Amino acid sequence: MSEIRGIYTLWLREVKRYIRERTRLISSFFQPLLWLVIFGSGLRFSSIGPSGIDYQKFIFPGIVGQTLLFTSMFMGISVIWDREFGFLKEILVAPISRSSVFVGKMLGGSTDAVIQGSFVFVFSFLVGISMDIEAFLSSLPIMVLITFGLVSIGLIIASFIESLESFGVIQTFVNLPLFFLSGSLFPLDHVPQWLSWVSFVDPLTYGVDALRTVILKGAWTPLFPFLYDLLALVVFDVAMIMVGTVIFGRRR
Amino acid sequence: MIEVNDLTKKFGSLVAVDKLNFAVQPGEVFGLLGPNGAGKTTTLSILCTILKPTSGTAIINGFDVTKHPSQVRRSIGIVFQEPSIDDRLTGRENLEMHANLYGVPRSEQRKRIEELLRLVELEDRANSLMKTYSGGMRRRLEIARGLIHHPKVLFLDEPTLGLDPQTREHIWSYITQLSNRENITMILTTHYMEEADKLCDRIAIIDYGKIIALDEPGRLKEGLEGDIIFVRTGSVRELSERLSEMEWAKDLKLLEGELKVIVKGGGAIIPRIVEIAARSGIHIDSISIREPTLEDVFLHYTGREMRVAGGEEYHGVAAIKRRSIR
Repeated sequence: MSEIRGIYTLWLREVKRYIRERTRLISSFFQPLLWLVIFGSGLRFSSIGPSGIDYQKFIFPGIVGQTLLFTSMFMGISVIWDREFGFLKEILVAPISRSSVFVGKMLGGSTDAVIQGSFVFVFSFLVGISMDIEAFLSSLPIMVLITFGLVSIGLIIASFIESLESFGVIQTFVNLPLFFLSGSLFPLDHVPQWLSWVSFVDPLTYGVDALRTVILKGAWTPLFPFLYDLLALVVFDVAMIMVGTVIFGRRR
Repeated sequence: MIEVNDLTKKFGSLVAVDKLNFAVQPGEVFGLLGPNGAGKTTTLSILCTILKPTSGTAIINGFDVTKHPSQVRRSIGIVFQEPSIDDRLTGRENLEMHANLYGVPRSEQRKRIEELLRLVELEDRANSLMKTYSGGMRRRLEIARGLIHHPKVLFLDEPTLGLDPQTREHIWSYITQLSNRENITMILTTHYMEEADKLCDRIAIIDYGKIIALDEPGRLKEGLEGDIIFVRTGSVRELSERLSEMEWAKDLKLLEGELKVIVKGGGAIIPRIVEIAARSGIHIDSISIREPTLEDVFLHYTGREMRVAGGEEYHGVAAIKRRSIR
């Protein structure tokens, strides 16, 4: 019982901190807008995109995925931040298990990332997607599944990193590869074999595919059956959460 | 309340804590005094279950720190050396979070928080973000936070490091009040002599990870058996040779332009020093006498001055933060 109260407390803290950070909230609106309007328009009228579907509509679920990815990874920074400012010690000497610390932070980070991802839906009308409540509601659990594993990766990497500065490597070595490989920006059915194989290792591929299935409905031919997508995400989440709880549980 | 046996912590080949032994009685204020890097914070970290000891045992409130860390954590409150509060939450939110983490009964939570805010005189600032607090206010809030779950033992790691003298006095009075009112056991580390002298019932002087002396502050000073006389003169060497022939002047030290003598019954010795100097034709500029301080005790046991000035060094963002919260 006290573990659950501890997890709730840490979750609440992450969410409160996030909501109070105005600049991040504003930038979270702006970035997807750039991708959708400028990048999307540019490529749409260069007529490179996938056949049979408007390019801007095509990348819309991809941009939702990208927002989830970048935000989730960024949540890892809270571990480094807490360590730099000493708050981590307060948590580590509290009478709750370190695994609970991990789970609390993970749930908090996921909540923040899902909130941020939901903002992107506000722009759906700009690219001509008619979002209904049902499509949005069915996107939510997919977004949750995507963020659980990704936030876990962010937290795990952060627990090995000493300083805020070096956290930037995540951008280069994790964020961009996962983003490009996920098929957010281009369809994966015309790429060379090797690229599609690498893409199938990327968990975001399944997340974006599931989001497209729900958001674009009949206009999209799924790469995988919807349930396979969900299953892949669940396996990914469980694996990452297990690794995270073990890594956070270590004590020198 | 606390029992430490042969406690040792090694980091690679560095022995940070070397076979410490001490026991702290309930209600006692126990000080760990030593220069920066002596192993005080490492000792505290082991007692707080942040670090595991390499060997030896520590029992707190009946629980072993390695075998039952969770029960130990429930029994203790900690005020860390570096700030450890969440800047983006308010003072009250920080306290609530702590109460939740420590499983304080919800029905009592509110009452305890109000009480503690009153104790550290922060009621009117409780709903402001921590960012807006001064260094002293943060420290006070951290002390309040450490007490919410009614710990049996409160650890204070350099509680006044980096604070201005006025705020320091303020914090001292809170600590004294607490110790008198709540009868809580406290362990504090410090490298300020004055702080140890003023607050602690007993002090362990630590150097290179070892306890080199352990007693009440008064008795540590009495242990030096005497007063300290400084004689300022142009012929230090000559005077010290003359004095060293005397039975009562065994503890002599040559300083620059000055001779330091530790003697029993200092008041009566001064005329004799003057007499000896006059007989040998040595001119004395001035003589001063004072009672020994803990600084002298440290010097006596280690042969080194304890660096009083200057705080710990911080790195990276913490350093910037530290500077900005003063």
